[in-house]
Amino acid sequence: MDNLETNLNEIKDILNLSKEQIEDRKLSLLDFSKNGFPSKKDEDWKFIDLNRIISSKIPKIKFFNNLISKKIENKEVFKDISKNLLENNYIISKNGLITDVVLDHEDKNKFSITKIPANIKEDQYSSLSSLNKAFYLDYLKIVIKENYRFKKPVLVINYSSPEIQNTVLNQRFDLVMEKNSCMSILDLNWNFSENNFYNINNNFQLNENSILKNYKIDLNNNSNIFYSKTKIELYKNSISENFIISSGSDCYKNEIECDLKEKFTSAFVNGIINLDVSKLHEIRSKINHLSENTKSYQLIKCALKDKSKAVYQGKIFVDSIAQKTDGYQLSKAILLNEGTEFNGKPELEIYADDVKCSHGSSSGNLDENKIFYLMTRGLSKNEAKKILLDGFFLEVIEKITDTKVKDLIKELMKIR
Amino acid sequence: MREKEIDKLKEYKYGFTTDIENIRSPKGLYKETIEFISKIKNEPDWMLKWRMKAFERLQKIKEPNWQKPKYPKINYQDLYYYSAPKTAKNKPKSLDEVDPKLIETYKKLGIPLDEQKKLNGIAVDAVFDSVSVATTFKDKLNEVGVIFCSISEAIQKHPELVKKYLGSVIPINDHYFATLNSAVFTDGSFVYIPEGVKCPMELSTYFRINASQTGQFERTLIIADKNSYVSYLEGCTAPMRDENQLHAANVELVALEGAEIKYSTVQNWYPGDENGNGGIYNFVTKRGLCKEKNSKISWTQVETGSAITWKYPSCILQGDNSVGEFYSIAITNNHQKADTGTKMIHLGKNTKSKIISKGISAGFADNTYRGLVDIFPKANNAQNFTQCDSLLMGNRCGAHTIPYIKNKNSDSNIAHEATTSKISEEQLFYCQQRGLNSEEAVSLIVNGFCKEVLQQLPMEFAVEAQKLVGISLEGSVG
Repeated sequence: MDNLETNLNEIKDILNLSKEQIEDRKLSLLDFSKNGFPSKKDEDWKFIDLNRIISSKIPKIKFFNNLISKKIENKEVFKDISKNLLENNYIISKNGLITDVVLDHEDKNKFSITKIPANIKEDQYSSLSSLNKAFYLDYLKIVIKENYRFKKPVLVINYSSPEIQNTVLNQRFDLVMEKNSCMSILDLNWNFSENNFYNINNNFQLNENSILKNYKIDLNNNSNIFYSKTKIELYKNSISENFIISSGSDCYKNEIECDLKEKFTSAFVNGIINLDVSKLHEIRSKINHLSENTKSYQLIKCALKDKSKAVYQGKIFVDSIAQKTDGYQLSKAILLNEGTEFNGKPELEIYADDVKCSHGSSSGNLDENKIFYLMTRGLSKNEAKKILLDGFFLEVIEKITDTKVKDLIKELMKIR
Repeated sequence: MREKEIDKLKEYKYGFTTDIENIRSPKGLYKETIEFISKIKNEPDWMLKWRMKAFERLQKIKEPNWQKPKYPKINYQDLYYYSAPKTAKNKPKSLDEVDPKLIETYKKLGIPLDEQKKLNGIAVDAVFDSVSVATTFKDKLNEVGVIFCSISEAIQKHPELVKKYLGSVIPINDHYFATLNSAVFTDGSFVYIPEGVKCPMELSTYFRINASQTGQFERTLIIADKNSYVSYLEGCTAPMRDENQLHAANVELVALEGAEIKYSTVQNWYPGDENGNGGIYNFVTKRGLCKEKNSKISWTQVETGSAITWKYPSCILQGDNSVGEFYSIAITNNHQKADTGTKMIHLGKNTKSKIISKGISAGFADNTYRGLVDIFPKANNAQNFTQCDSLLMGNRCGAHTIPYIKNKNSDSNIAHEATTSKISEEQLFYCQQRGLNSEEAVSLIVNGFCKEVLQQLPMEFAVEAQKLVGISLEGSVG
């Protein structure tokens, strides 16, 4: 990691940063270099030792790559993406640089787009967010105006090209939803690069009565390491629905933190982890119930094959003033063969007495009796297993409230 | 003034002190302290070497700090590591020689040391501060070959057993408090059940801390040989003092082929006053090893006392078909803190474990369940069931559940569930309508909540525990 400083200088030339911005970035860099990548010693990273993974997989890591500005045609990006998906609004990010923001289906006066960041404030320090602040390439902030409901979902295509290698790529995306607004985001990982570390930082603010549906899809196989942190602040009556399919990348840690700051807010985090080879994925959720009458629901399902490993860390925190909280959390894992591993840490931290909070977790193999039943009906063993797994996942997919997106996701996952 | 004292006694009736002459080790944790302990106990050379090894390691390691309840730094140089009634220096041969003051103390506590009375038919080993003062029913146990004595006696009389098993479950190089205990442990119980013997009575140890500025470091070792059975009870109390006293015990259980050990604890150390002053720090390491096939270890605990309880009675299920069980009630009131739970380590095939934990939190207390279920790649067909329920009374207390689940075997099955709730108004109303006052109603509902665990306790303890549950929560409602 000796190249931190020089990489920062390179970034400065490409992005035309002002003096102030450079100073800011230098401070963040200092914060990061104090602790470096998080390791097993950090309780939150107990199951995924990022420091070790990066040093073994990307020993010569760069924090900047001048190939990122290479021009890539949209045609190249759209190849193999299903037509149904492209009918929506879309935003394309190519190797970390946001090139297209096409929201043609919407009323232009009802949203605003900013590409220059205001002061980035963070209430909690973490070395990865400092890294992001020091090196982020591009920034996008969308503000949705009062009373506007997006007609079509926004497809965010995160494309990376094969020539990008051994690099850390940092991205930032902020979203503010004003009163009574509504939007769906389909976040698609579309990576063809190898051995990179992606550090993604999202901040969503949901004001009164707004609804945000956030779907994250990681399906195409690639050898990158991902860390995505999404922080969601919810105000009165707002609803945040999160859905994660985590399957394609070699290593992926999805972190979602929801602050239910005012009355009658609800947060949903549902996820599927479907792994093979020796992939390592984690979903970590933290739901902070900070006000009365809030609700959260989480359902995570994992299916593991070969030598893969999945982790689920879920925490429900209930503040002492957050009476009448309803929190629920369920995680299920199916270990399909020997050599797989599932680690779970479903956590409750509760300081209010009039609450209903529970969690459940189970892990095991597919039920032999069910397989046998299906086989007596003439299915082969593999077909029987496939049907059972599809059914296992469908329970999560059925939670998606946007029916169009639900169909798209079924199509992507090849579940009928 | 006197009335005040009486009131205080009502709150914690074991809070009296016994005025008795003590022999103490020099203050502080030094090489000399350990030599002093070893010398006064007339220990063989190998034992002193063993202690020294632990002491050397202790210099290199740090206290863990990941626990939920934080406490002010303990000054280990400000403690006495050995304190014994003067009369106990030459261990009495029969009860007649025991200092009457001591017998009086145990009478006050309700522990029958008097063999003649044979009231309960339980063999008791009473540990006062650092030494074991009396062990009852020795002859009867000798008839069937059961060895039940203090660990100091066992080191003298059965060195081959102690050498073989001491430190085999909790090694010298374990965590800080376990290592501290290995270096300075003063007494405790030793039990050996020979092959094929079902121990004819319940064995029991009663621990009491009397002296001030002392830590109690006892060590218990229980070995159940092939196809044997033993049920062991443990109880503890301490006087009321406004200083925090440290209790760092190690308990090791070894179950050989087909053996079963049932270990029950009713822990009622002094919890500190309502403002959180004083009380015992109960940092105990308890670990059982199901060494051979078909063995079973069952932990039952009722934790009502201590300012801070920090312990995880664990089972290492090494033998095939072995079974581990953990039943726990942890009640915290006022400023008490508890961070307790269990570890079930599944190594052998067809191993099974069950965890039932009930946490009750009132006042300003914090109650944490922290547990680990770890299924290793070779533990085919392992099964675990975990249930943790928490009950909250008021919104100034906290209840936390932190289970770690690690599954590395595709043949195994783990199920975990946890809930948090409060005593519902309807339940309280119903009970009060039938003529119970609010405290009786709470006690009744809480006892119902804990029933699954209370059922696991031996008869004599169950009655005491039920009462304790009621007393611990007095004043928490209304």
